[in-house]
Amino acid sequence: MKIAVCIKRVPDMESRFRISGDGKVVDETGLKFDMSDFDGYAVEVALQITEKLGQGEVVVVSLGPDAVQEALRKALSMGAARAIHLKADQVPRDGFAVARALAAELESGGFDLIMFGKHAMDTMSGVVGPMTAELLGLPNVSAVSKLDVEQGKGTARRELEGAAEIVEFPLPAVVSIDEGIARPRYPSLKGIMAAKKKPLESKPAQLDPTRLEVTKTELPPDRQGGRIIGEGAAAVPELVRLLQTEAKVL
Amino acid sequence: MANVLVFAETRGGDLRKVALEAVTAARTLADRDGGEVHALMLGAPGIASKAEQLGRHGADVVLVVEHPGLGNHSAEVAAATAAARAKEGGYAAVVFSASAQGKDLAPRVAAKLGVPMAADVLSFEKTGSGVSAQHPGYASKVVQTLTLTATPAIVSVRPGAYAPAANPKAGRIESLAPAMDPASARVVVKEMVQGRSGRPDLGEAPVVVSGGRGLRAAENFKLVEELAEAFGNAAVGCTRAVADDGWRPQSDQIGQTGRTVSPQLYVAVGISGAIQHLAGMRTAKTIVAINRDKEAPIFKVADYGIVGDALEVVPALTAAVRDAKKGH
Amino acid sequence: MQDFYNIDSLLSEEEIAVRDSVRRFVDDNVLPIIGECYVEGRFPKEIVPGLAELGVFGANLPEEYGCAGLNNVAYGLIMQELERGDSGVRSFASVQGALVMYPIYAFGSEEQKQHYLPKMAAGEIIGCFGLTEPDFGSNPAGMITMAREQSDGSWVINGAKMWITNGSTAQVAIVWAKTNDDKDQRSIRGFIVPTNTTGFCAKDQKGKLSLRASDTSELVLEDVRVPKDALLPKSGGLKSPLMCLTQARYGISWGALGAAIACFEEASSYAKTRIMFDRPIGGFQLQQLRLAEMLTEIVKGQLLCVQLGRLKDRGEFTPQQVSLAKRNNVHIATDIAREARRLLGANGILAEYSAMRHMANLESVYTYEGTHDVHTLVLGQAVTGLNAFGA
Repeated sequence: MKIAVCIKRVPDMESRFRISGDGKVVDETGLKFDMSDFDGYAVEVALQITEKLGQGEVVVVSLGPDAVQEALRKALSMGAARAIHLKADQVPRDGFAVARALAAELESGGFDLIMFGKHAMDTMSGVVGPMTAELLGLPNVSAVSKLDVEQGKGTARRELEGAAEIVEFPLPAVVSIDEGIARPRYPSLKGIMAAKKKPLESKPAQLDPTRLEVTKTELPPDRQGGRIIGEGAAAVPELVRLLQTEAKVL
Repeated sequence: MANVLVFAETRGGDLRKVALEAVTAARTLADRDGGEVHALMLGAPGIASKAEQLGRHGADVVLVVEHPGLGNHSAEVAAATAAARAKEGGYAAVVFSASAQGKDLAPRVAAKLGVPMAADVLSFEKTGSGVSAQHPGYASKVVQTLTLTATPAIVSVRPGAYAPAANPKAGRIESLAPAMDPASARVVVKEMVQGRSGRPDLGEAPVVVSGGRGLRAAENFKLVEELAEAFGNAAVGCTRAVADDGWRPQSDQIGQTGRTVSPQLYVAVGISGAIQHLAGMRTAKTIVAINRDKEAPIFKVADYGIVGDALEVVPALTAAVRDAKKGH
Repeated sequence: MQDFYNIDSLLSEEEIAVRDSVRRFVDDNVLPIIGECYVEGRFPKEIVPGLAELGVFGANLPEEYGCAGLNNVAYGLIMQELERGDSGVRSFASVQGALVMYPIYAFGSEEQKQHYLPKMAAGEIIGCFGLTEPDFGSNPAGMITMAREQSDGSWVINGAKMWITNGSTAQVAIVWAKTNDDKDQRSIRGFIVPTNTTGFCAKDQKGKLSLRASDTSELVLEDVRVPKDALLPKSGGLKSPLMCLTQARYGISWGALGAAIACFEEASSYAKTRIMFDRPIGGFQLQQLRLAEMLTEIVKGQLLCVQLGRLKDRGEFTPQQVSLAKRNNVHIATDIAREARRLLGANGILAEYSAMRHMANLESVYTYEGTHDVHTLVLGQAVTGLNAFGA
């Protein structure tokens, strides 16, 4: 079982974000970065699959500047066998351009399974996985909250609103991983030392001109919060009155 | 011509509310250039009877794909059909719902058409250079304007961002064949698992009542359930800590790694307001917080706060909401 | 906390990765429960398997014995992160790694190493270290625990040990005892004693107001008979246990900074959000002084530790240098915890906040592994060449 997991390096979401001088994007200088949450779940699931089958290889792939090697090393220290870095000055906001570059790399890799996180925590879009599947002509299953694979076949549970579906699909396939499926392991200290010696291949990403740009970034208007209307059950009548007359939601 | 194609989502032989929202959203774009809205719906035979609802909400044409193999949604069939239609129809834009179905479907259609897309947008409009859309990013801590310069412009619209508006149009029905045989789809739905019935889904409910560790024990979650019950139209959510502790299923988790909701009213019970949680609910219209600790960060985003023990305040609120509802 | 002096630039990518992994573990598994454990007076045993899986026990010992083979700076960063959770958690790891695994590694036979080290790294065997006695703390040379060699080569040990971290949890104890009757400290040797041996008894020490999330016990050994191969063959004289203590003290120098960082983070975030007289208390000069002092001392302590770790990695460090770091860092951490407690006002006395817990813990850390005063005398001797110890 050969599994590719595509991961993205994103800023720590606990950060206080600042807007760049031109008002277009988030100024990411000085922020702490890590592998995006859902991508961590995907790496964990991939490792569990190969561990359960007792065979296979997990390859992690990331597109972006040299700094993404940090996220790749983290995945290697969790247990992935090798890493591919697709070099680009930055990650384009155009998910289709990213999917094209990934598909070009993954096409000839002979992967049984290509995994993504449900979405990256910065762009929160979740389009790259399904787009890559489409470009590779592979079946796609997104928002997977349970996954079983055996040779040639997969079964997954997908969460829908107020329901779930159980789907079957042939391999090779592309899946994107939702919350709740597995908590990513902590890179063990031995794993961190071993990761130094694992292969990490770096090559230029093949990126098309982008047709999706971020033209403005704003902080949402500060909520005029902090209005405490009282203490204990005694405050309930006033709350109900405000919900009826002021907020008009009751 | 600047017609807009909209994908109208169905499940279990019925249109979903997000379909009406998507048609409403598509209408705003088409009206700017005097274009038409064409709604595409797929389902088992009989689904055509639901088409007129789309007409009432602004569809000029309803493209109905009926097939016995489409009782369950098939993303492959839907993607192939929508992409084929989008190509033939020369649309300026294609609109999807950013629902579970739509989030999966829209990028496939975009890739088939060889264009990028803007996912999960709060609003969008035609601008000089293309279509611009507002999209929350960075754990919902910023709002970004994305500009799409490819044609068609593809967007998926966050559930709840557009309220379905009546806007009667012709709603002329045209039937369409699926672009591929549903029997040849590779991903096959083996089983649908229904969630708890009688409660609206988190993403769609106008009111969300959510509980955190401040409830102190799993059994106290029934107070949250009862409050939701009193509102009548409320869904129940929870924090990550509560889901991790197994008090509630993961699917109820609201936050950075869980569901994102934008209800009219969000009631946070015993929730301190960690950034992880705020990321999932800060776009709610009105936020009420009930928490023992008056320093809790949730009060900074709450429109109305009550400092107090959830176990004491919530039953009182439940009773008061019941009374208020009776009064209506 | 903010890396005010860009100390990360002194660390390698692996050292940072090690720290961050342990940090995340502590954030997820220690911080949510530690306040409650402290109030209940219980060591959080449930985190031991996770710590073992992470590889923190004996992390600076070689890979051939199932350990992570980290350098000493990475090891120190682990101690820092563990103590950011709680001194009790760091103490557990210090004892397991520096006071039990280390002596087996340094003084044990190859068979002892092969048998114990992998299982201890995996957390399957927990150890404790018995040196201090009820009447011999700062003066271990005076110990009265005695091991007598029998005609068949086995040993019979009698004595009592006190203030033994992990004492009631451990499956093995490293017991230090004199081996001849002339009471000469040169006869002190180490023994690996399984705690289920007849005559071995561990009793919880009750009534602690510090290190409450840690197991501290009293050991009583009454005619405890252990086989010949329980002896650590290469141990000899008081020097052997003191070498272990140097290892542990090195970790404590880092650990104390972890407690200080926890207090500083708590205090600075509280200062920015707590409103009094209509503005954040962080805007008042008195609180700014507190925070500025805390930040300065933490940065200095970190620089001290990084250099000490580099010296240790090069095999160049001296026990006196370790004394300086332990003495300084525990001292400043104790002060920082107290100032943080004060900055937090009345909230500072609650278990919900960490400052008072760290403050109380650090009083033990101040006293154990060579009291502050003893390290003062070590440094005094290093400066003057004159011995100011009692004897």
